[in-house]
Amino acid sequence: MYIIESGNVAAALGVKLAEAAVIAAYPITPQTPLTEKLSELVDAGEMDAQYIPVESEHSALAVCIAASSTGSRTFTATSANGLLYMNEQLHWAAGARLPIVMCVVNRGIGAPWTVWNDHQDSISQRDAGWIQLYACDHQQIIDSVLKAFRLAETVSVPVMVCYDGYILSHTYMPFELPEADQVKKFLPAFTPEYFLDPACPKNLNTVTLPDIRPDVRGNAAPGYMEIRHNLHTDMRKSLDVITDIEKDFKEIFGRGGYPFIEPYRVNDADYVALCMGSLSYHLRDVIDMLRDEGIAVGVAGLRVYRPFPDKAIADAFAHKKGLIVFEKALSYGNQGALFADVKAALYAKADRPFVRNYILGLGGREIQTSQLADVLRSSCRPSSTTTDTPEWIGLKL
Amino acid sequence: MEKEFKFACKKSHSEPGPGDGGRTGSWRVLRPIIDYEKCIPAKKNKKACFSCWLFCPDGVITKTKMPAIDLEYCKGCGICAEECPTGAITMVEETLLIMEKEE
Repeated sequence: MYIIESGNVAAALGVKLAEAAVIAAYPITPQTPLTEKLSELVDAGEMDAQYIPVESEHSALAVCIAASSTGSRTFTATSANGLLYMNEQLHWAAGARLPIVMCVVNRGIGAPWTVWNDHQDSISQRDAGWIQLYACDHQQIIDSVLKAFRLAETVSVPVMVCYDGYILSHTYMPFELPEADQVKKFLPAFTPEYFLDPACPKNLNTVTLPDIRPDVRGNAAPGYMEIRHNLHTDMRKSLDVITDIEKDFKEIFGRGGYPFIEPYRVNDADYVALCMGSLSYHLRDVIDMLRDEGIAVGVAGLRVYRPFPDKAIADAFAHKKGLIVFEKALSYGNQGALFADVKAALYAKADRPFVRNYILGLGGREIQTSQLADVLRSSCRPSSTTTDTPEWIGLKL
Repeated sequence: MEKEFKFACKKSHSEPGPGDGGRTGSWRVLRPIIDYEKCIPAKKNKKACFSCWLFCPDGVITKTKMPAIDLEYCKGCGICAEECPTGAITMVEETLLIMEKEE
């Protein structure tokens, strides 16, 4: 069944279909309508879940960590400074290997205050040990929420589902509401490999010494470094899990099929624009325009940022002439984070494309079709070279 | 170290024990092992030397002809091995000892 709803409601309906058992969240623009919708669904008895109101984002995630430790399917959502306020608990959730799912409704970070969209909030948390998925439209938001729960529970790593504030969160768009019986087939009930049980007390995440040590039964227990290595290894393994889940999803729902890179007119393109989130769909119009002018350019939307699908990127783009990376975030003092990662992924390839970087749309700065077309016209040339310093689109100095 | 450990759990989950409350031996990365063939009081069978006893900051070495180390409390700092005039004390990686126990 197709419905017309906002991106935030799409996310909330995904959480309802996933039958999350515990939700704790603190409202922050532009995430607020998502948590409001969930509290309405719980209050109306349409969701059999505990909605736990809290006084801050730090507490929201702390509640989720506790709930997830007891084996409950757990959800939260936030934006911008709310995500940053969670920072300590973000690392905790990942280190504790809890399959929490969180929507990050992307918004620029203060200071100075902004409520508008960019990606600095989630990109700044890229090394927290969470998987990061990026959605391009309302359909992908609701679908990604379902995939996120299955992924998180399969690999015991928390997952962020990121989508653009206002551009997706507050706009209305038709999308297909997954059928409950299909969801049950795709996402079975959560059976944790381990959960807190008052009848059988355990220690979780106590002070862990630098080296391995015997546990109370005399068996070797991993040290801090082994536990961290396990997180990294399981994050890398999750690339395969993401591929499998995407395949299953397509079989059941008939949508998707692009686990990492969603291409548009990329096959016969010499040059490819690469970005995350809704911008990759906006760029499709620009690509059509430039194709009419005879420029062999396509656009690819990156759906997963952590773990970084470096092999998929190298395989997809190494033989192209040029890659143009558009980013709504910046690693201050260096370059776009995605840009640096993409260059690293291509480094081992002998015959690699030039890679250029454009920063745009920070704090909701309007992104004009003509600006995108102009920079692609000037970049998509055989004479273009790889840049180290990003260029800024629409900057008024 | 080539050996792969078989850990009971790959996360930080454990069963409650008696608690470490002051039993600082579990902090140890290196374990002191005394070679009584080289240890002066042991070799001469008389109360002599005791540099290890004197220098141990945790007071876990006995002032006996066969000095004994209380491994419940020894943190493995290695000062005894550093001070022993005959080099009778060797610091051995706890990891190696766990491996030996597993085999």
